[in-house]
Amino acid sequence: MAAKAFNATRSEKIFDICNIILMAIILIITLYPFLNVLAISFNDSKDTVRGGIYIWPREFTWENYKTIFGYTGLLQGFKITMFRTIAGTILGLISSSMLAYTLSRPDFRSRKFVSTFLALTMYFSGGLVPTYMLMRHLDLIGTFWIYILPGAVSAFNVFIIRSFIDGLPYALQESGKLDGANDFMIYYKIILPLCKPVLATIALFLAVGQWNSWFDTYLYNGNKPHLTTLQYELMKVLASTNQGSAMANANDLANQMAQVSPESIKMAITIVVTVPILVVYPFLQRYFVSGMTLGAVKA
Amino acid sequence: METLSAKPDTRNVSVTPRPPKKRKQGLWQSIVRQKYLYLMSLPFVIWLFVFNYLPVWGWTMAFQNYKPSKSFSEQKWVGMKNFVDLFHDERFYLVLRNTLAMSILGIIFGFIVPIFFAVFLNELKGTAFKRSVQTVSYLPHFVSWVVVAGIITKLLSIDGGIVNDILMSLHIIKEPIQFMAQGKWFWGIVTASDVWKETGWNAIIYLAAITGIDKELYEAARVDGAGRFKQMWNITLPGIRTTISVLLIMSIGHLIGIGFEKQFQLQNALVTDYSEVLDLYALKYGINISRFSYGTAISMFTSVVSIILLFTANGIMKKTTKESIM
Repeated sequence: MAAKAFNATRSEKIFDICNIILMAIILIITLYPFLNVLAISFNDSKDTVRGGIYIWPREFTWENYKTIFGYTGLLQGFKITMFRTIAGTILGLISSSMLAYTLSRPDFRSRKFVSTFLALTMYFSGGLVPTYMLMRHLDLIGTFWIYILPGAVSAFNVFIIRSFIDGLPYALQESGKLDGANDFMIYYKIILPLCKPVLATIALFLAVGQWNSWFDTYLYNGNKPHLTTLQYELMKVLASTNQGSAMANANDLANQMAQVSPESIKMAITIVVTVPILVVYPFLQRYFVSGMTLGAVKA
Repeated sequence: METLSAKPDTRNVSVTPRPPKKRKQGLWQSIVRQKYLYLMSLPFVIWLFVFNYLPVWGWTMAFQNYKPSKSFSEQKWVGMKNFVDLFHDERFYLVLRNTLAMSILGIIFGFIVPIFFAVFLNELKGTAFKRSVQTVSYLPHFVSWVVVAGIITKLLSIDGGIVNDILMSLHIIKEPIQFMAQGKWFWGIVTASDVWKETGWNAIIYLAAITGIDKELYEAARVDGAGRFKQMWNITLPGIRTTISVLLIMSIGHLIGIGFEKQFQLQNALVTDYSEVLDLYALKYGINISRFSYGTAISMFTSVVSIILLFTANGIMKKTTKESIM
């Protein structure tokens, strides 16, 4: 018996060590690319051409960052991206929380209809061309609105918030009603404050989506320099040496600048575009983990 | 009481009388009574109608020779011509092959790797290390495909990319490989990038499901002498079976509509025979060269096949595992 127990713990130990090594390898594979980009962005751009920069710059310099902050396309892109992230997140939070509240009310007469109407949007879409034609008819192409209006209501987000509200005691709402509050006041004064954790999750989803999107800029606003976003500017710069990558409009100023961008400058821009979103996620981690779980159960 | 209602509900009158609290009011009355609920939901229903349902109406373009300058009644109807053209285009089959190849690879690896990652991560004892692995594993999810494509291109480059450097120093290859310039590598690169980007994120749901498994089962298994692999296989995996099947159905539904962001960002002119997927094909024909009707036919084909796949997967799952998403 004793021998058996000893054996069991020894094989357990071997397992644990192997597992730790496995996880450490995954950790390195995940982190290395970021560290590499960071190191190159701080390395002298002429020196970078020689290759062999891994996780530490060989000739440290701030020059690359100084160069890119003098590039107007980037600052303009930063402004637009900030605007769309803030506006898109706020609008998305309002729409999904309001809808979620009405869908969580068991006595809401049109609940079934709205719920089905919403759920169906998760399984089909009109597709690229019909959506493009709709935007054309609505005169949204070439405007800032195209970034925030089409995606403002997301079924997935609504269902996550609704499952959270379903978990709150209904008695709170009834006591609100006894105090004479109308449905909107109950939503605003009672439900919203209690929903902070799930709203933080949804805010993160929305903000990440807005911050990272580039395709709407490419498709609708690629030729509007005052409306291009950060990711789109980065895409132009990164694509500059990828021979043959089909950039639609190759003769604007940003692209001329991109044409000559050395590797280190490209990596510095990558860092600038990436860091803001990476700074927030660890703080919201505990929220989005529970948010994802709620979503998976319901959606 | 029902006189005010727009559509009196009389269906249940002759049948057994319902308990009073379930009695339905007239529609109009309930709208007035629940006016705030309607005010809070109706604007968004209209919104959904405009941005999600109206484009489906645009499918009519697939049966027309659509000209943007004309109104709907002036469009010329051509029946199935656009679909006939589509199915006669050799390029279409190449694109369909690429779409299916990359989505099947995506489902196999993008689906299995997160499960194993979650199961093994769950076995980690040190909580601080476990938490840091988990936090780091989400990191790539928060980065855009633009950035990921830039990073992947850098890692795989022939001058100073670490993949070639490692393979060279291990003497596995003699000359650096131009990964990004050869079509045969493209599917693998897309799949690997996707696994790198989303494994940690996709594992969240499985980890949560694992947490819900009764700890006593593990105790009992240990008493019976089951090793760690046996415990994983006989307790952890069956314990998250429901979660696995629901997520599998959902990913099969998206099999053909895999999106195009990664392909768009990673492709270049040298690999288009392997990189072009249905959505990119629709983009190229439908928008870049303004063959709107043809592009719509492609989009419509994609949507219809997705829905068929979703229902088929759901049906099979319902039969075999009693799980379903609808």
